[in-house]
Amino acid sequence: MLDKQTPLIFEHSRPSRVNTTHTQRTTAKTTNIPAGLLRKSKPRLPEVSEMDAVRHYTRLSQKNFSIDTQFYPLGSCTMKHNPRACNSLASLPGYLNRHPLAPVKHGQGFLSCMWDLQEMLKDVTGMTAVSLTPMAGAQGEFAGVAMIRAYHDANNDTDRTEILVPDAAHGTNPATATMCGYATKEIPTDANGDIDVEALKVAVGPHTAGIMLTNPSTLGVFDRRIKEIAGIVHEAGGLLYYDGANLNAILGKVKPGDMGFDVIHMNLHKTFSTPHGGGGPGAGPVGVSERLKPFMPIPVVGKNDDGYYWLTEKDLPQTIGRLSTYMGNAGVLMRAYIYALLLGREGMVRVADYATLNANYLMVSLAKAGFDMALPERRATHEFILTLKRQAKEQGVTAMDFAKRLLDYGFHAPTTYFPLIVPECLLIEPTESESKETLDGFIEAMAAIQKEAEKDAETLKGAPYSQPMRRLDDVKAARELDLRYSFEQKDGK
Amino acid sequence: MSNVPTELRYTKSHEWVRTEADGSVTIGITEHAQELLGDMVFIELPETEANYTAGDECAVVESVKAASDVYSPITGEITAVNEDLADSPETVNQDAFGAGWMFKMQPEDAGEIDELMDADAYQELLAEEDH
Repeated sequence: MLDKQTPLIFEHSRPSRVNTTHTQRTTAKTTNIPAGLLRKSKPRLPEVSEMDAVRHYTRLSQKNFSIDTQFYPLGSCTMKHNPRACNSLASLPGYLNRHPLAPVKHGQGFLSCMWDLQEMLKDVTGMTAVSLTPMAGAQGEFAGVAMIRAYHDANNDTDRTEILVPDAAHGTNPATATMCGYATKEIPTDANGDIDVEALKVAVGPHTAGIMLTNPSTLGVFDRRIKEIAGIVHEAGGLLYYDGANLNAILGKVKPGDMGFDVIHMNLHKTFSTPHGGGGPGAGPVGVSERLKPFMPIPVVGKNDDGYYWLTEKDLPQTIGRLSTYMGNAGVLMRAYIYALLLGREGMVRVADYATLNANYLMVSLAKAGFDMALPERRATHEFILTLKRQAKEQGVTAMDFAKRLLDYGFHAPTTYFPLIVPECLLIEPTESESKETLDGFIEAMAAIQKEAEKDAETLKGAPYSQPMRRLDDVKAARELDLRYSFEQKDGK
Repeated sequence: MSNVPTELRYTKSHEWVRTEADGSVTIGITEHAQELLGDMVFIELPETEANYTAGDECAVVESVKAASDVYSPITGEITAVNEDLADSPETVNQDAFGAGWMFKMQPEDAGEIDELMDADAYQELLAEEDH
């Protein structure tokens, strides 16, 4: 049972009600922290019994609305099942206890797995080489654009100051370009959901460093003119960056390397079996074409007659450098390796097959149930966009109202209000893991909510009713962010 | 359909422009724009005395749904910004054409303002976008 109000752990705290057996003991002598940096008073950590701590965190975990408990069709996020076997095998003591500073000859087993993972990712993306080291999608993006920059700099091509980004792009794309010192130029989308090629032709030029693309795009459609786009950008001297956010849709079917991309990042924590959305750890390996190979982030696994070893600055003198202390998030990479082995070559293709089949089944069924699609003429990829613009006008209900009411029906809400170019939209991504029965349940729930909207819109406006918290005031939360527990308040001062 | 005052000029990116008696112009985002964006949570305004060319990004409006750029409708210098919006960004939702103004500019070429859309043309744009 869920309790409505769970007090904070600090509110359970009573002086001296503390289990000291778990407390690590250190003395000033055992640390080398300068005296001036040591705190003078004890931190106010919660003092609770083990029982209180267990109950508190178990209760919190029960409040989770998660992929382990509910259908979670969050568009552009690929909330799919993470096979437990991947985690169990990646947690074998031989992998788990390997010290990153252990000599290479003692880590040949682990290194061989990483080498194979590099090879498999090269194969599935069609790129020339892969570096596993970026520790998140954002870091992979950063590494990708940093390599584009390093390439132009190496060619003394310093007038290239702009990165082109379509208006449907993930917000991380312009952010990454800015981080790498580029100005961004927005390219519009045409009425069919493809990039406006005519506008692209006008925008490219001697200032173009590259273009950042997601294909399939966040509109849930495959950009059909990708070869032409690649030609236009390459002709102008720019490079093509592939945002791997939607890789699940094309896994094993189409290769970004064949589309003409020079660099790609992959979100292994979402496409290759690591739970995500909780802030990490992640893995965002980058794949590169021949021309960007010298600039890859290090270390990269190499192989010679003596076995496996790390490629470093010596082997790649033009590298953009290191992105982590050692070699990235080993555990996430191991899970990805095991996931790829479990799937095999045929299974890899079935991921894309079923991800797109499920999305298209859901899209067609919801259209039959009377919902409007943003791009009704297009076949969906792994996700699609439904627009509630008509309902907003006729019944005064918004995409957010539908999203909140879905929680009462036992479904996590799809992505709302993204991409920004479609009004009142839901971006729905069912993933390959879901059964037809689950998808049918979602369709019935959407149809039932539509009936409620027509009968009494207020039902939706008040949702959710069944959750530990009712409708949250997101405006107040954003304007008056309050993350600090006030001891003064607790002490009654 | 949202309110479109006839005395103002408009841009395709949904800014409004009002010419003041002293030749300066006041700029904000339209009622339609704030409706699309939803409740405002943060507004980043330009620095006074900064210079912008027509079409430059010069401010950012952040709502619960999205963060969007505001573009300079004309070329000129920023002469004042609406400081009150820092504490109460919701003013843009409540009174987009009045107290929700964002900044004032001294235009380099007053003729540029006449090239912007009038209320009728902007109404047409809204009708078009509604399809």
